[in-house]
Amino acid sequence: MVNLIWVFMFVFGILYAAINGTMEEVNKVLFKSAQEAVTISLGLISILVFWLGLMNIAKKAGLLEKLSGLFRPVVKRLFPEIPPDHPAMGYILSNMVANLFGLGNAATPMGIKAMEQMKKLNGDRDDASRSMITFLAINTSSLTIIPTTVVAIRMNYDSMSPTDIVGTTLAATACSTFAAIMIDRYFFHRRQRKRRS
Amino acid sequence: MGLISTISIWILPCLIGFVLLYATFKRVSTYEEFVEGGREGFSIAISIIPYLVGMLVAITVFRASGALAFMIDSIKPFLTAIGVPPEIVPLALIRPISGTGALAMTTDLISTYGPDSFIGRLASTMQGSTDTTLYILTVYFGAVGIKRMGDALKVGLLADLVGIIVAIIVVTIVFGSSI
Repeated sequence: MVNLIWVFMFVFGILYAAINGTMEEVNKVLFKSAQEAVTISLGLISILVFWLGLMNIAKKAGLLEKLSGLFRPVVKRLFPEIPPDHPAMGYILSNMVANLFGLGNAATPMGIKAMEQMKKLNGDRDDASRSMITFLAINTSSLTIIPTTVVAIRMNYDSMSPTDIVGTTLAATACSTFAAIMIDRYFFHRRQRKRRS
Repeated sequence: MGLISTISIWILPCLIGFVLLYATFKRVSTYEEFVEGGREGFSIAISIIPYLVGMLVAITVFRASGALAFMIDSIKPFLTAIGVPPEIVPLALIRPISGTGALAMTTDLISTYGPDSFIGRLASTMQGSTDTTLYILTVYFGAVGIKRMGDALKVGLLADLVGIIVAIIVVTIVFGSSI
C-alpha cells in the first residue's frame, strides 16, 4: 500500500507536469524538498536528545512504572499483546500524556521508545505488529486537549474568542480517536480471518 | 484564555523540575542518566532521514506539479454535493499528507474568512482535531526501521476521514446558526 501510494505520487506528479508544463517547478523542488527532509530530521536531534535524556531519568526513578500502573486497566484493553508490566506500556502512556497536553516535542521521543519496545516484543521483525498499528492509529488521530497552535493563529487574527473552538476540536478528536481504535480492531480481525482461511 | 496559556507555559518547566527532584530523592545519578539516555537521540534522528527524504520528495513533486490541486478539483464536486463547504476541501485533503501545507492553508482560511466565521472555525477545528498521518507513520516507523507498515496507513487515513466528517457536523451544530 505504501509502495503504491509512494510511486503514484511520483509518477502521477511527473506525468501531470509533462502534460501541463510544470516540469520546471518539479525540477526546482526535487532536491530542495530532499534537503528540507534532512533539515527536519536533524532538527529532531535536539528534541530527541533532551527528552530521551529526561525520560531515562524518569525511567530509572521508577516514574514510568508508576504512570503505567495508574492507567493499566484502560491501556491493557487497547494493547492486549503487551504484557502489563512491560516497559513499552510506560512509554506508550508517557507519549499519550505528552500528546494530551500538546507537548508534541516530548511526545515524539517517547513514542519512538515505545515503538522500539514493541519491535522487541515482535521478535525484532521489520514489519508492523498489531500493537504498533493500534498505537499509531491513536497517534495519527491526535489526542490534544488544547490545540495551542490553532489558538495562537486565531489570536493573531484578532478572534473575538480564540478558544471557542476548543470544545468542537475536543469533540472531533474524541470521535476520530474512537473511530481509529474501532477501524484498527476491524482490520485486525480481518487479518486474523485471512490468516486462518 | 489567560489561564490556558499560563498552564501551557508552566507545564514543561514544572514537569522537568518534578522529574529531577523525584529522581534525586530516589538517589538516581541524574546527570549521568541524562547523558546516557540522550545519546541515542542522535542515531534515531539519523535513521529517520531516508524515510523522510523519500516521503517528502514524493509529496512535494505531487504538489509542485499541480497534480494535487488537480485531484482536489476533481473530487470537489462530489464533496460539495454531500454538504462539505468547497472552501474547506483542500484543507481536508491535505491535512493527513502535509503538516506544513495544512498549517499554511488553515492560516490562509482564517485570514481570508476571519477567525470567527463558519469557515474559520471549521478550519481551526479540522487543523486541531487530526494530525499529519503520513508524517507520523514515516517518523515512527522510520525511527525503528520498519518498512512494511501493514494496515497502519489504511487505518490512519480512514480515521482522518471520520475526523473531518465529525468536524463538519460538530461545527455546523455548534456554530451553524451564528453566521
